[in-house]
Amino acid sequence: MRPFGLLLLQAPGLEDSQAAWEPVLPGLIILLPLLGFAINGALALAAARKSADAVRAGREFDFFGNGRAVTHTLPTWVGPGVLLLAFLLTVVNFVGMLGAELHEPVIRSYWSWITTGDLNIAAAIQLDQLSMVMMMIITGVGFLIHVFSVGYMQNDPGYPRYFAYLNLFIFFMLVLVMGASYPIMFIGWEGVGLCSYLLIGFWFSDEEKASAGKKAFIVNRIGDLGFLLAIFLLYLVFQRVDYAGIFGDAESVFVYGGPVITTVTLFFLLAAVGKSAQIPLHIWLPDAMAGPTPVSALIHAATMVTAGVYLVVRSSVLFALAPLSSAVVAGIGVLTALFAATVALRQQDIKKVLAYSTVSQLGFMFLGVGVGAYTAGIFHLMTHAFFKALLFLGAGAVIHSIQHALHHSNKDWDAQDMRNMGGLRAYMPITWIAMWLATLAIAGIWPFAGFFSKDEIIWMTGAMAGAENAPYAGLYTVYWVLALATAMLTAFYMTRLMVMTFHGRNRTGATGAEHLHEAPKTMWIPLAILATLSVFGGWINVTTDLRESVLGGFGALPMGEWLHHWLEPVTEAAHRVQEAHLGELAHAAPLGGGEVAWGLISTVAALAVVLVTARLLGRKEVPVAVEDAEPTGLSRILFNKWYVDEFYHRWVVDPVLTTSRVLWRIVDTRIIDGAVNLVGNAARAIGWLGSLLQTGQVNTYAFFFTLGVLVILAMIGF
Amino acid sequence: MLSALAYESWILHALIWLPLLGTFHVLWAAEDRAKWLALRWSLVVFVLSVGLWWAYDPALGGGYQLTSSLPWIAVWGVNYALGLDGISLFMVLLSTFTTPLAILGSFNYIKKRQKAFYALMLLLEVGVVGVFSAVDLFLFYVFFELTLVPMYFIIGIWGGERRVYAAIKFFLYTAFGSLLMLVGILYIYARGKALLGVTSFAFVDLLQIPLTPQEQMWLFGAFALAFAIKVPIFPFHTWLPDAHVEAPTPGSVVLAAVLLKMGTYGFVRFLLPFFPLAARHPNVVTLMLTLGVIGIIYAAWVAAVQPDAKKLVAYTSVAHMGFVVIGIFALNVNGLQGGLLVMISHGISTGALFLLIGMLYERRHTRLIKEFGGIGRVAPWLATAFVITALVSIGLPGTSGFVGEFLTLLGVFENHPGVGILATSGVIFAAYYMLPMVQSVFFNALEKPENREVRDLSRREVVILAPMIALMIVIGVHPTPLLRRMEPSVQMVLERVYAAAPPSAALIESVQEETVETVERVE
Repeated sequence: MRPFGLLLLQAPGLEDSQAAWEPVLPGLIILLPLLGFAINGALALAAARKSADAVRAGREFDFFGNGRAVTHTLPTWVGPGVLLLAFLLTVVNFVGMLGAELHEPVIRSYWSWITTGDLNIAAAIQLDQLSMVMMMIITGVGFLIHVFSVGYMQNDPGYPRYFAYLNLFIFFMLVLVMGASYPIMFIGWEGVGLCSYLLIGFWFSDEEKASAGKKAFIVNRIGDLGFLLAIFLLYLVFQRVDYAGIFGDAESVFVYGGPVITTVTLFFLLAAVGKSAQIPLHIWLPDAMAGPTPVSALIHAATMVTAGVYLVVRSSVLFALAPLSSAVVAGIGVLTALFAATVALRQQDIKKVLAYSTVSQLGFMFLGVGVGAYTAGIFHLMTHAFFKALLFLGAGAVIHSIQHALHHSNKDWDAQDMRNMGGLRAYMPITWIAMWLATLAIAGIWPFAGFFSKDEIIWMTGAMAGAENAPYAGLYTVYWVLALATAMLTAFYMTRLMVMTFHGRNRTGATGAEHLHEAPKTMWIPLAILATLSVFGGWINVTTDLRESVLGGFGALPMGEWLHHWLEPVTEAAHRVQEAHLGELAHAAPLGGGEVAWGLISTVAALAVVLVTARLLGRKEVPVAVEDAEPTGLSRILFNKWYVDEFYHRWVVDPVLTTSRVLWRIVDTRIIDGAVNLVGNAARAIGWLGSLLQTGQVNTYAFFFTLGVLVILAMIGF
Repeated sequence: MLSALAYESWILHALIWLPLLGTFHVLWAAEDRAKWLALRWSLVVFVLSVGLWWAYDPALGGGYQLTSSLPWIAVWGVNYALGLDGISLFMVLLSTFTTPLAILGSFNYIKKRQKAFYALMLLLEVGVVGVFSAVDLFLFYVFFELTLVPMYFIIGIWGGERRVYAAIKFFLYTAFGSLLMLVGILYIYARGKALLGVTSFAFVDLLQIPLTPQEQMWLFGAFALAFAIKVPIFPFHTWLPDAHVEAPTPGSVVLAAVLLKMGTYGFVRFLLPFFPLAARHPNVVTLMLTLGVIGIIYAAWVAAVQPDAKKLVAYTSVAHMGFVVIGIFALNVNGLQGGLLVMISHGISTGALFLLIGMLYERRHTRLIKEFGGIGRVAPWLATAFVITALVSIGLPGTSGFVGEFLTLLGVFENHPGVGILATSGVIFAAYYMLPMVQSVFFNALEKPENREVRDLSRREVVILAPMIALMIVIGVHPTPLLRRMEPSVQMVLERVYAAAPPSAALIESVQEETVETVERVE
């Protein structure tokens, strides 16, 4: 047996890469959040015991009565603390990798996880440029959201449990991006799903919230089916399932566009569609907003839901070899982007708008990785993590404040309904400014972060449409047009959100308005940091054309195409395949015009949408939710999210339930068991066994029967 | 240290005879001491059995180790012969691990006739350990039947309202199956005598008998039916939900954790190596895979609409055992290893689920899901333990439930991709049956006043659940030591399946001639 003792120590003999660069305690980055989970989990169990005793006695336990209990002070330090340490350790490794000129991933194996026959899955992690970017986002944004949570969740009785789940989530997310093989990624993949389930249903006494968690888990499992099947198929082809083993040989093993590779990538696509809430499995994400708002920011915007994008980029060489699958990825992406944007137009719940906005932006990322712009996909993933986390946290601060106001004015209004808000800029100036910056970023306005990442995706879609040997060129042209249109819708619904929330007249009423307040320090500092990143974060990857133009300040923006170069070792193989089969990409958009021209057009157009919307909506008097009329016509359809949930209920959920009942009541009870009982009754007519149990002396009989059996056995034998 | 104690030579005997001694001890002792005595005996047995982990050495190949044999019924060639290989090793450990926990879990549940109950629990342990460690077919059959008796009474005496019906159903169903097997056993024995002139029930001897493909097919059928009922495989499963619903908690625990495994163990131990030509026949493989997949999906769907939590878990057992069946009939290393791991994992996780449902029942005297709600608020530890166990049961990666299912499905997909895809859809349905139940019982509002009174886990209950949960996670994180111990034996079974060739007529004749000559010479 391999001595593996401390997991930090590397086990000898397992396959490790011989890279020049030595990472610093990479295993500890994963272990720290797990440690946090263990501590917070223990505290949570202790606290829950107390609170349960109180509930039985018919009251709520007051954790805050005479100062806070240790169960509610320690998580403040442990929860964000382990994240800070993990983040610092990640930065150390990132800096190390920056100077290392690494071409091969660094692999560290700790123990043999599953070894049987010719299958050998090591518990191994892989550090390369891609996992590094993801780790920076997860631990960095994760840390900020942990800090924000301290302010947001501090007065919740479930505070330690909250941090236990949050730490556990970070642990699984790191396993997802650091695993060196698909099965290890799958541990993280389902693990984050579990945490998502637990956190959506965090306030589990509320049936609606608990159901939302359940829905998320079940819908995600549909995707997981695809993940498993993809692993099986890859194993069938390669007899191994680690990245190093598969990607190295993929180009020689698979026929370009062949059925096997297409099937593998479509299976992976199913997984990605589930996790990243793309059509037709997007239905769980809007419901997932039932969780605490920082959870929405961390899990359902910045990190977990982008796992599908990560999966495609991680498998970029496989997708590059399957042009059909790639086209489907892009198609699902752009349709989702458009569809979700239309729904976002008419939502009144601030978190629902952001939820559909997230689905829409994830669609953009899918479009990016679908057209082979893997770097652009990751780029948008990163900038989106900044501005969407910011928007959610800002929304959290707003909801917090409104709840306070409604509480004091004794109104049982919905604290998340934007019709009940308005005019908050006077009360929450920092949140207001931060959220406007994020809005400009997501709307794709120069020089905010979202402009560069979104523009690159749209541009690459156009370039793909005009590629030399592009398959489905016409299709890509359609994608390009839809993407542009969606970008304009984004600018509209975000401006609407800002105007309804922060501008115009305050609608909470005078008694309530007195209690509106800016967020506390633990909450606004993370907002400020994310706002900074939303402004400048896009400058790490300005394409050459833009950089040399007025949009790049003629080279004034730093770090041109940095991310592109950084990820090159990971995407190299995929780009090689694309070049070989697609030829050169177009240098003009389908309607003509270069990248700079379209960059200018889109930023001007988005800005125009923002200004016009702000002006038109700013003048309109918004009725509060209880007084508002029911939407009609198209508005009604959009408000009801195109009735997709209703469709699934009618055509999937109900039939499955009905069938289940029929199987039980008819097939199992009547048919199968009926036949059995028929035989059984015949046997019972003999009455032999039946009478045994009807003597009333069963116990005695049991004893003698047993004894008898033993005596007979013994007599025969000895 | 183990070898210094000559551990190998006595351990298997001890594991069978100690619980039997315990049975008599419990019967002889005072009523109120019965449970503690039973617990002590079963703990001693478990502690002793732990050494098997080291005593069994996979480096020596996949054959039987720790063997010992004493003549029992010399005229028939029956031996009291015991031994272990990598497959039975874990079944024995699972039995000795589960029994003390089930006994400890009975402390509050069993109120009447305690002496008889705990004596039967120990007697049951004798039976199951015997089943898994016998290497003589006659002895195996005796133990196989022996397990029926205590379980019949456990259900019939300490069960719920319809206990008599359930007990009789259980007894008739399984007795019917095993009678057919008995006919099969006698036939093999007779063929051995006729063809090879050996009068023996030893596995090693019986494996030498050149059975024709037709004979193998018939015998396969007889054995398969006996085991299929035990597993149970769709459509022979309807005794199980009744038995579980009526059985007292400890009965359900042992039934799910160990007794069902006797069926799938029989598949691996007998169907594959004894009748390889039938086992690898395409029609047989198709039939078994089909029934397995139906079991997985059908049972999951039926489970999802059960109003009774215990019945729900009973149906999930059928689904899980479906995984085992397709894993075995994938007829490759991954599938078989996976099937064995599912058996181990299911034993622990479903055992734990039955214990947990028993704990709920002790508190609320109902198992109807709709009667609960919001239990997580008043019994958070119970809820935590339940959620973790439920997640293991639905195969969350990093737990024992995943590794088994993953290997099983991988193995099936390797040889039968279509079946693999269908079976893998089981992971969706697992979430579909398990999570709504978890939600309705532990989450949602705490509305009913009775539910407000539900106590959290007692110290005794923590002691029962903690080792089970720990084991489920340890196996999930590091299953390789188990897989490594099972692999040589699994390889041996598979080699036998694929190496077997139908005996030619000439071979059978020559064997017969040799036998005749030998007999003549002796005479």
